[in-house]
Amino acid sequence: MESNSDLKAVAAPVERAAAIEMALTSRGVATVEDLAERVHLADEVWLPERGARVVAKAWTDPVFRTRLLANGKSAVAELGIELPAHHRHLVVLENSHEVHNVICCTLCSCTALTVIGLPPDWYKDLEYRARVVRDSRTVLREMGLDLPAETQVRVWDTTADTRYMVLPLRPAGTDHWSESQLATLVTQDSMIGVARALEAK
Amino acid sequence: MDGVHDLGGKQGFGAVGHGPQAKVFHSDWEKRINALYAIAVRQGIFNMDEYRHAIERMEPRHYMCASYYERTLTSLATLCVEKGVVTHAELETLAGGLFPLARALGTGRTNVPNRSSYNPGDWVRVRDLYVSGHVRLPSYIRGKVGRVIAVSPPYPFPDAQAHGVQAQDEPTYDVQFHSHELWSDAADDALVHVGVFESYLEPLT
Repeated sequence: MESNSDLKAVAAPVERAAAIEMALTSRGVATVEDLAERVHLADEVWLPERGARVVAKAWTDPVFRTRLLANGKSAVAELGIELPAHHRHLVVLENSHEVHNVICCTLCSCTALTVIGLPPDWYKDLEYRARVVRDSRTVLREMGLDLPAETQVRVWDTTADTRYMVLPLRPAGTDHWSESQLATLVTQDSMIGVARALEAK
Repeated sequence: MDGVHDLGGKQGFGAVGHGPQAKVFHSDWEKRINALYAIAVRQGIFNMDEYRHAIERMEPRHYMCASYYERTLTSLATLCVEKGVVTHAELETLAGGLFPLARALGTGRTNVPNRSSYNPGDWVRVRDLYVSGHVRLPSYIRGKVGRVIAVSPPYPFPDAQAHGVQAQDEPTYDVQFHSHELWSDAADDALVHVGVFESYLEPLT
């Protein structure tokens, strides 16, 4: 690949990002509107609050929960949540007192981003990708989730275009809570499986 | 390819940088690059497998030191240069400095002929598979034995898709491995589930 020999220092990422953006917008590959639309989706639409609605509905509506566990993609579509075309399958992993599920992507950082939100920095970091699949219980404990010895840990490595989300346990003391109240207890961490849902206050 | 991206089970890493300060993006350019690569995919300039493979093809020291969105940026730029959308020289002029790209593309491959299909409950062995191009087989399951739990719809075969090679779509199998099958005694007790393409598996005989 040719490169300009009089340029010595590597440009900062922000400069390289501006360069490729300028090159693509000047050719009409991406328009200002396209960019604004995609930034809007990331900032305002693909948020963990979407997944929280799914979890809260599953906690309160057993028939929906059954549909969600049978076919995640069609069940979340009932709530107006679409997956990208290449995510052909959404598998919802239900936690219980016996089984705790946690998701990761060791090869890159795949996530059900339109449902549980774009992944946070630590999910994409080398430490989480390298360690959670092998030292799951240790990593979860370090992250503040100390599981009982009798709870089995299941780690889900997102190596293909099937996507996963965890259905956390419903917190105690929420029997009469509405769906929207319950949704406030559902964090992104709990849908990745590195935390429980928040406790009722 | 056996690249440094294949991190599952690698040892020596410290604590996960987890906490209330966790963020998706750390600056505006990261958001814009995340948008731009998705637009390029939608425009058909490259597909997701080409995108992932161009990240894996980054020079290993660059890969390990780059932030997540610097890897996105490098893959996007590499593919736009390789596809003839822009030149490397133009990017370096616009950036006002060197613009490191990923290394050259290796060779892809099509589906394994006469592969078997499996049902939930079947025991399978992951092939002892080494390829020079893109593959979605994490090395920690290579040669290992697990049990099929579920079957996904067919997906484009990544080993072919990343290289412009023709192939049939294949289902992936949700294969459950015991952590001690994967790493003997040097692992926490757990079940590890991996989505494994049909061509990566063989019947357990």
